[in-house]
Amino acid sequence: MTEPNRSPARSALGSLVLIAVVVGGGAAAFAYTAGWFSPQRLTPDRLVDAFSPPGAEPLGHRRNHAKGICFTGTFEANGAGSALSSAQIFTSGQYPALGRFNLGTPDPTAPDATVRVRGMGLRVSTPDGQEWRMAMIDVPFFPVATPQAFYELLLALGSKAPDAIKTFAGAHPEFAAFGAWAGSAPWTGSYAEERYNSINSFVFTDGSGADKTVRWSLLPAAQAVPVPPGDLAKRGPNFLEPEITDRVHGGPQRWTMALTVADPGDPTSDPSKAWPDGRRTLEVGTLIVQQIEAEQDGPCRDINFDPTVLPAGIRTSDDPFPAARSSAYAKSYDRRTAEAKYYPETATEAKP
Amino acid sequence: MTEHRRQFTVFQRLLHWLMAVCILAMLFIGVGMVSTIAPTYLALVSIHKPLGIAILVLVVIRLVVRLRDGAPSLPADLPEPMRLAAHLSHYALYILMIGMPLIGWAMLSAAAYPVVLVWGVRLPALLPQSDSLHTLLWDAHFYLAFAFFALILLHVAAALFHALVRRDGVFEAMAPVPVSAPREVVASK
Repeated sequence: MTEPNRSPARSALGSLVLIAVVVGGGAAAFAYTAGWFSPQRLTPDRLVDAFSPPGAEPLGHRRNHAKGICFTGTFEANGAGSALSSAQIFTSGQYPALGRFNLGTPDPTAPDATVRVRGMGLRVSTPDGQEWRMAMIDVPFFPVATPQAFYELLLALGSKAPDAIKTFAGAHPEFAAFGAWAGSAPWTGSYAEERYNSINSFVFTDGSGADKTVRWSLLPAAQAVPVPPGDLAKRGPNFLEPEITDRVHGGPQRWTMALTVADPGDPTSDPSKAWPDGRRTLEVGTLIVQQIEAEQDGPCRDINFDPTVLPAGIRTSDDPFPAARSSAYAKSYDRRTAEAKYYPETATEAKP
Repeated sequence: MTEHRRQFTVFQRLLHWLMAVCILAMLFIGVGMVSTIAPTYLALVSIHKPLGIAILVLVVIRLVVRLRDGAPSLPADLPEPMRLAAHLSHYALYILMIGMPLIGWAMLSAAAYPVVLVWGVRLPALLPQSDSLHTLLWDAHFYLAFAFFALILLHVAAALFHALVRRDGVFEAMAPVPVSAPREVVASK
């Protein structure tokens, strides 16, 4: 058929087909972008789902590090950090801090002595209106190298197959280091005696615009007293929260913040690899924990300690975890705030 | 005032097409970012927030210009149901263009997140932290995004219907580049 002979009806039909193609194509592109055609895509929903067996979600609680207690205090900067970052938090002064001691478990009722990993969420605010949020753990490195591997670890932990973990460990040799740490690192009887590590690396930019890749740790002033896990179990299921409450009531608890700067070639993108000893470290200030409050009524409950909430002068590095954590933490926050009616109304003090 | 004008003003057309690009990008970024944990998540979020505020600023300018300069009248022979659909869908589009950025901003405020745009510019919180408001606003932002996209598809379908089937000059009124008036318009006058 040639152009001049096209009938108006036929042309209208062609136009309608064209319109249908444009609309259908637009809808398909949107659905593709939303992941509807990609069942394999690791979405925050899938990652967060993997923390708890279906039907056993800790409704109203964080999906991981679900058990915790709030604290408030001060971050006292000594000024040394300004050599690495222009963020106001590093200029000498005192800045309000809000945080949460927690256990690395998706079960808010887990007995304290059964949870190997302890953590600290921290938010420091500065007068320029900026915030730095952190979520740290007492393990010196992360169990796996990539977010995908972490998802597979969660699936293996939740699997009923008897050799799921063994199979996982075979496919992820880096996981052995975590097993070694879990088996050999001393347990302590207090949140105050733990060292909390950033795990992930971040890029610090100084006043001249120079970038350095940094990890950091909060080193406890309290002497760590090793306690065999069997003895901890005898202290009851909830000994950590009364212990830190009493200890802080007796006097503020302190941690020194130490930054560690990567050398060129260090594995900045892989948090399962600790950097070699001998890296430049810089003590930049002290976290002083002055008050403990139960989570139910405390100021930390409604805060998402999203590690990508950073002040100007700090940004994410090539480490893929902060993005994955931010995405998953937001999903956890969306879910628990939607489930607020399930969260216990008043503090259930379960002191032994 | 403007009934004799066949086209929107150049500034109105510029705003329309600029916002069309921004809003489509915004909707695709939105559904993309909430479906991934990859590093692109952070990049997309960092575009989504300032772009949303940019759209809010643009739509306010656009509304002022629209109220001042008006719009070309619809063709006299346009059937009443299509005329009604045209008016209602445009009200809905304006409500969504204004509402979505505000809902997003309020949603972040209700979750106690700092709302940081670019160059460290931080917006004040619209609301105090609130679990129930956060949930309400999150649901609204999520479901309205799909409604918004569906409405845009309808808008595109209608525009192409005017351009290709009815050839009544409605598409030409907002065409990005000057187009010669179709004969039907002249004929119908």
